[in-house]
Amino acid sequence: MGYVAGEYDVIVIGAGHAGCEAALATARMGCNTLLLTINLDMIAFMPCNPSIGGPAKGHVVREVDALGGEMGRHIDKTFIQMRMLNTGKGPAVHALRAQADKFQYQHLMKETIEATDNLTLRQGMVEELIVEDGVCKGVVTKTGAQYMAKAVVLTTGTYLRGKIIMGELMYESGPNNQQPSIKLSESLRQLGLELVRFKTGTPPRVHKDTIDFSKTEIQPGDAEPKFFSYETTEAPKEEQLPCWLTYTSPETHSIINSNLHRAPMFSGAIEGTGPRYCPSIEDKIVRFADKPKHQLFLEPEGRNTSEYYVQGLSTSMPEDVQLSMLRSVPGLEKVEMMRNGYAIEYDAVVPTQLWPTLETKLISGLFTAGQINGTSGYEEAAAQGIMAGINAARKVQGKEPVILERSQAYIGVLIDDLVTKGTAEPYRLLTSRAEYRLLLRHDNADLRLTPLGHEIGLISEERHRKFLEKKERVEQEIERLKQTKVKPEEHVQQMLREAGTVELNNATDLITLLKRPEVSYAHLESISPSPVELTDEMKEQVEIQIKYAGYIEKQLLQVERLRKMEQKRIPDDIVYEDVHGLANEAKSRLAKIRPLSIGQASRVSGVNPADISILLVYLEHYNQVTAAKK
Amino acid sequence: MIHDTIAAISTPLGEGGIAVIRVSGPEAIAEVERVFQSKKPLSAAATHTVHYGFIVNKETGERIDEVLVTVMKGPRSFTAEDVVEIGCHGGIVSVKKVLDLLLTGRTRIAEPGEFTKRAFLNGRIDLSQAEAVIDVIRAKSDRAYQIAMKQAEGSLSARIKKLRHELVELMAHIEVNIDYPEHDVEEMTNAFIRTRCEAAITEIDRLLKSAEQGKIMREGIVTAIVGRPNVGKSSLLNTLTQENKAIVTDIPGTTRDVIEEYVTVNGIPLRLLDTAGIRETSDVVEQIGVEKSRTALAEADLILLVFNGSEPIHEDERLLLEQLADRNVIVIVNKTDLPQQLEMEELTRRIDAERIVRMSLQEESGIDELEAAISAIFFSGQVESNDLTYVSNVRHIALLKQAKSALGEATEAAESFVPIDMIQIDVRRAWEQLGEVIGDSVGDSLLDQIFSQFCLGK
Repeated sequence: MGYVAGEYDVIVIGAGHAGCEAALATARMGCNTLLLTINLDMIAFMPCNPSIGGPAKGHVVREVDALGGEMGRHIDKTFIQMRMLNTGKGPAVHALRAQADKFQYQHLMKETIEATDNLTLRQGMVEELIVEDGVCKGVVTKTGAQYMAKAVVLTTGTYLRGKIIMGELMYESGPNNQQPSIKLSESLRQLGLELVRFKTGTPPRVHKDTIDFSKTEIQPGDAEPKFFSYETTEAPKEEQLPCWLTYTSPETHSIINSNLHRAPMFSGAIEGTGPRYCPSIEDKIVRFADKPKHQLFLEPEGRNTSEYYVQGLSTSMPEDVQLSMLRSVPGLEKVEMMRNGYAIEYDAVVPTQLWPTLETKLISGLFTAGQINGTSGYEEAAAQGIMAGINAARKVQGKEPVILERSQAYIGVLIDDLVTKGTAEPYRLLTSRAEYRLLLRHDNADLRLTPLGHEIGLISEERHRKFLEKKERVEQEIERLKQTKVKPEEHVQQMLREAGTVELNNATDLITLLKRPEVSYAHLESISPSPVELTDEMKEQVEIQIKYAGYIEKQLLQVERLRKMEQKRIPDDIVYEDVHGLANEAKSRLAKIRPLSIGQASRVSGVNPADISILLVYLEHYNQVTAAKK
Repeated sequence: MIHDTIAAISTPLGEGGIAVIRVSGPEAIAEVERVFQSKKPLSAAATHTVHYGFIVNKETGERIDEVLVTVMKGPRSFTAEDVVEIGCHGGIVSVKKVLDLLLTGRTRIAEPGEFTKRAFLNGRIDLSQAEAVIDVIRAKSDRAYQIAMKQAEGSLSARIKKLRHELVELMAHIEVNIDYPEHDVEEMTNAFIRTRCEAAITEIDRLLKSAEQGKIMREGIVTAIVGRPNVGKSSLLNTLTQENKAIVTDIPGTTRDVIEEYVTVNGIPLRLLDTAGIRETSDVVEQIGVEKSRTALAEADLILLVFNGSEPIHEDERLLLEQLADRNVIVIVNKTDLPQQLEMEELTRRIDAERIVRMSLQEESGIDELEAAISAIFFSGQVESNDLTYVSNVRHIALLKQAKSALGEATEAAESFVPIDMIQIDVRRAWEQLGEVIGDSVGDSLLDQIFSQFCLGK
């Protein structure tokens, strides 16, 4: 019944946010790629909130773009609202967040994929992996098609043995009532991969014409929107759409409280672990009983739809309760619910089974990315997708893997956390997870990653040339500010007065002036403009690098101190059981995680500094003995 | 791998009058020079030379100790790095002060076994010794861990935990403002952060003050004074504490209601246990049976067993002598000013003569002999010196100071309108350093705090 349907370099299973980035990366890196998905109409679908970005997540989108990924470019073309968040805080945590036209976004992504060379898009349900001698050789679909490949990237999202739960109702399903992937989960289990059950949820969608917006607060976008992609130069032509803010009422809380016995969260129907940062409304009301009201944002799902997403009201209550809850909210008294909210349970791979390349340790050539690795969020998925794609392609091409460091990108933090520490709940990036937050800024993603993207082959020559020019101009301008001194002349004093700072006594260089909290680059420009033209982006870069130099240098020093630990490789064939003196707990943890470097080893839980010292001494001995043998 | 400069006391504590502090690393010479006053600058010194001078706190001008400093430049040194050794003469208190002073700069306290580790990694120790080196690291770390665990039960630990909890609440609040900017939580202001940081600094100051007075240091040889009522236990205690005013303090223990006092005898730190029990019950008939004293006895490294020389040996005392047969005991025969009725022959059959001290606390005689006996027992290695406890205390003080300075920087930043995410860098550092004092790993606790303190989600 089976038949050989084709042979590829790389097969990507699933065309969500991880799968799209993975397939586009491998194809663009020259690998003949097959992208298989259960339903071609669901490519790059947003089953939950119609938005992309925010703190840490927006940073990741910038990083994906700086590496040559697509998420940034696509949201820039399809957003209906753009806001820069945290502008009152430091530049490191400025974060861009877009409301998406989710339908336009997925159509555009489908077009991009269809137009990409080396990339074949096909509908099909993969039910089994072909694995021989621990090497992944291909996949088999429900229709019996066998596709062979040198590497396979699994991006199954919440489809693996997916189950939707709502009140007393429970049925096997992928997100948004899609077909779930049942047999593939079994295949993975049989191959020996450890799976875990996670849960997430989504709120109801309501009809725009039944909302009384007069009872809500308007939340407009920025008048001058910024963009995610370094390549985007202009916004979509259409006017931005606002979101709307309302709150739960005491009545909402009492409806929920009197129906808790029907909530699967508390009745025991849900076995999967849900994320703490994304609790359902019933969970919030139980855990924070003294909070009188909760924010709800009403967000349009697109320009050509009447559906509104009710952010803050994620729930798995029965349908009738959901409707009563909605109608107890100011502005939603007469609302029509178009789709109900639900909880969804799914299987995920325990991510400590992965190398930092996102290849499984157990099966060579098998990579996993996105929600299957225990994360949540479109951005986290896209980030893993592009990295899994890059590493799958490089493996096929016999090249060294690419692993981002924690000090280099949020993507590095994300993947290192997953593969080194694992996760007990669906993992969401937060800026506080990054120890070098000040280095991983929204503004400098290109400085951090674009040279790498170019080297890998995902950044065009043209874009790279522009990047180098920007970098050079910024450096030259900083140098000029260092060299240029101004005297306490009237036009200088006047500028300082206007800026609200003290006047000069002596001649001072411009760098010193810019370091004053009150003085901005624009102030300097008014007394000493740059001889070459600088874009706003360049000016911003100059200002940030100078103003926060002290803090930035402090973090760079920390990174430098730990760099040698990160660079000290641990040989593949080390047998931890044989390392004399290591504590037993450290032996078993290290043998499981198999860290690639001393730096990674030091982050494994249960491994203490004494174990690291001992490991260093052992490695020194080992390396010299090995060298002597050769 | 090795970039920083480390220091530690490299001689067992109390031994002789001299203690050596070893400093190793690229900045060893500069770091010692920072606190060293001599005719010629240390940076100009040739390798393998010895220099006379003073350790001085150059900020306050306080002269701490008269020292001999030996400079050994790498690679011709134990660790193959630049090494400076400071020979201190002023006994335990000043050694500690010298180390404290060094740790205020860019020097950090060495990890257990770290000098040996560096020597090995720099090729100074033969490869065949790798296993032995590992054993040193393991043994020293395990011991340090045990001691840290013991300390984690103390009152210092409780106060630091409370302080850390207040800081993590502040941090969670800052983080929520950053990661959930549109959420309806109270906006974090610089003024608020400043108030919180200042309060934390005040508490650290209190901790440091008590640390410097020796209050929080659970260091020294755990010593119990035992004996029947009216044999002179409290007089002995008073004599010891008055004669040795160096570190006399009392703190109520947290877990047991034991009052402890610290004295140094010939530079040897003693931690006297259950001294309150002695004072309170000295007039009460039965003292030995008191539960507290039993606990004290079980914990003690050294037991001072007091007899009344003017009375025959009591049955209780014979029982005690038997119970304590395997322990480090010094027998004190008190009241030699009165007619003697104690059976000395029986006593010398049971106890080595050099462990028996005859004294009259009334006439203040025999005190020197007692101190000599304590020194002898200490230096013979029969009582293990708690030098790791000691070092960990020095480390604690250094960490507390670093935490304080990080909070100082945070306060300053808050005043000069630095954005909250940057102030957070310093607050977080302080929190981590306090965590190191009590051996708390950083882990996920900030995230836990964020999600338990605030109701978040989409």
